[in-house]
Amino acid sequence: MAIFLTAQSRVIVQGITGSEGRRHGARMLRAGTQVVGGTNPRKAGQTIELADTELPVFGTVADAMAATGADVSVVFVPPAGTKDAVIEAVDARMPLVIVITEGIPVHDTAQFWAYASAHGNTSRIVGPNCPGVASPGKSNAGIIPADITTEGRIGLVSKSGTLTYQMMYELSDIGFSTGVGIGGDPIIGTTHIDCLRAFQDDPETDVIVMIGEIGGDAEERAAAFIERNVAKPVIAYVAGFTAPEGKTMGHAGAIISGSAGTAQAKKEALEKVGVRVGRTPSGTANLVREAMRGR
Amino acid sequence: MDLFEYQGKELFAAYGVPIQQGRVATTPEEAREVAAELIAAGKPGAVIKAQVKVGGRGKAGGVKFASSPDEAQARAEAILGMDIKGHTVHSVLVVEDITIAQEYYLSFLLDRAERGFLSICSVEGGIDVEEVARTNPEALARIPISPLSGVDAAKAAEIVAAGGLPEEARPGAAALAERLWAVFTGEDATLVEVNPLVLTGDGRVLAVDAKVTLDDNAAFRHDFSQFADPGAADPLEAQAKEKHLNYVKLDGQVGIIGNGAGLVMSTLDVVAYAGEEFGRIRPANFLDIGGGASAEVMANGLEIVLSDPSVRSVLVNVFGGITSCDAVANGIVSAIGMLADRGEQVNHPIVVRLDGNNAAEGRRILDAAEISVVEQVGTMDDAARRAAELAAAAATGA
Repeated sequence: MAIFLTAQSRVIVQGITGSEGRRHGARMLRAGTQVVGGTNPRKAGQTIELADTELPVFGTVADAMAATGADVSVVFVPPAGTKDAVIEAVDARMPLVIVITEGIPVHDTAQFWAYASAHGNTSRIVGPNCPGVASPGKSNAGIIPADITTEGRIGLVSKSGTLTYQMMYELSDIGFSTGVGIGGDPIIGTTHIDCLRAFQDDPETDVIVMIGEIGGDAEERAAAFIERNVAKPVIAYVAGFTAPEGKTMGHAGAIISGSAGTAQAKKEALEKVGVRVGRTPSGTANLVREAMRGR
Repeated sequence: MDLFEYQGKELFAAYGVPIQQGRVATTPEEAREVAAELIAAGKPGAVIKAQVKVGGRGKAGGVKFASSPDEAQARAEAILGMDIKGHTVHSVLVVEDITIAQEYYLSFLLDRAERGFLSICSVEGGIDVEEVARTNPEALARIPISPLSGVDAAKAAEIVAAGGLPEEARPGAAALAERLWAVFTGEDATLVEVNPLVLTGDGRVLAVDAKVTLDDNAAFRHDFSQFADPGAADPLEAQAKEKHLNYVKLDGQVGIIGNGAGLVMSTLDVVAYAGEEFGRIRPANFLDIGGGASAEVMANGLEIVLSDPSVRSVLVNVFGGITSCDAVANGIVSAIGMLADRGEQVNHPIVVRLDGNNAAEGRRILDAAEISVVEQVGTMDDAARRAAELAAAAATGA
């Protein structure tokens, strides 16, 4: 089954004619993803060839959905246009919107998130500034390399792209149901908690790996959620024990989180609810192996 | 990007947030001139305020009153060049003195947890707001702000009422809050903080301090270059920024180069753990060369890391994802060649760990290049240990 993204998912690329859209659109096709088209308002009606596949280009997300039955959009639109692209997808009621674009002003993210919330959250938004979602052997939507891992029964949720790849690669012999890169921006759509809930409900996931990093209090909130709602084993890793204090973190920011956002505070919060926290990525992978053996 | 108080106040003025009269000065003579103008305009005196991006300047002697131009010059003379918590004072803000009846607190900021914005308002201002949060949390009102509807007159009135401001201050404070919100959204700020927000003896409400943080991601739609502060950055950090490298100087001995912020942060941790058994060897820097890891980016990265005199060894930790490891290996080989061509022979040991796509071919390329300073290690943990060990050996050997 996997979460969010399955073999039946039909994917469009917003910004399919740009260099990133073309490059990763082709990659997704080669990974076996059902990429069914893309959008560019200035090139509606044209086609584009990616990985030997002729794909239609639509003017709007709504047109693309009507013509192709797409239920996933991967957004590669550059930062200045990302907010409008996401709002367009929300207006079209696209079920899953994965925002890969890096460098979006946080006011824009706050606005498209508020817009989505005000419209009943009918679209699940992943990201921005994230590597996307991969359900190995089924579908790959985003920029996670498809050939670093295999299909299996570990679920992964991570703020960091390269640590996601590292972990999926180290555990490629066991394999993953789904890996979700939720992104490290201050405001993101889908959270650790959303993914934990989905993995808990997914019959094809046995063990959950959660990768966090300094800043904010998402990991502390996830710990509270795990204590009450997650029965499956959760193994965590937190990066940033030696990182210098965040330069942009104002005093008022620390007040709201109720925590300094340090790696140590996150580790302690997770361990307090019985989550085992690895000291290094490899150590974390070993804890996952132990947990899988216990299943 | 954090602004100086005077830069924040220039933005405040542009949006109609009421502030004291005055302006910034970089020499005692200039400070004298500003004070003379203020006094000639009938102000009772001038306040000379050190411009540093750190709190606690008042306690450090960085804020002084002057009743005459002569005194203003002397005060500025004393404050300019002062060291406040490691920050050298290069400029002072000279403003009109005012009679303070009461001090409040007001800010707008990002609320990560609620994925929106928040206003914090309190009748208890002028002091460390973190202290208020600890000792008297009820005194801080937190009012969620919708990014869609923002702050209009009604919302502004709600904020200052929630903060418990007295009736006589509310109309002025609410008007100021509305303008402050315009600064927050108009300038893509992630924090605008006024502490203290002051009710003067003659009934005006003024922003007496300004703490503004702008979102670097929004630089494409603003002119943030006016706020550049080249003097403040570490020289290596400044050099790295020019080359578009994401580099942060730390105080250890192992230079770190990796791809992806999370992996690099993790590499710092793993080196610090490994370094514990070698006499507290620590990472010397954070450097994320991003996904591409081309030869030129690798060469620029190595150059920056190796220019740090405290570096004794280098750890290159790359996971080949979209970019495969053979390209990264070729990048390392040509980077070392490029540095030699620039006349910078690499003498420090470089431990390389390549993993991920096409790792075997990447390792073969590095082996075949037979570069004496390069040593390959298979796993991240072992590579970190080896780099720490080599740094410790170089430190004792030197």
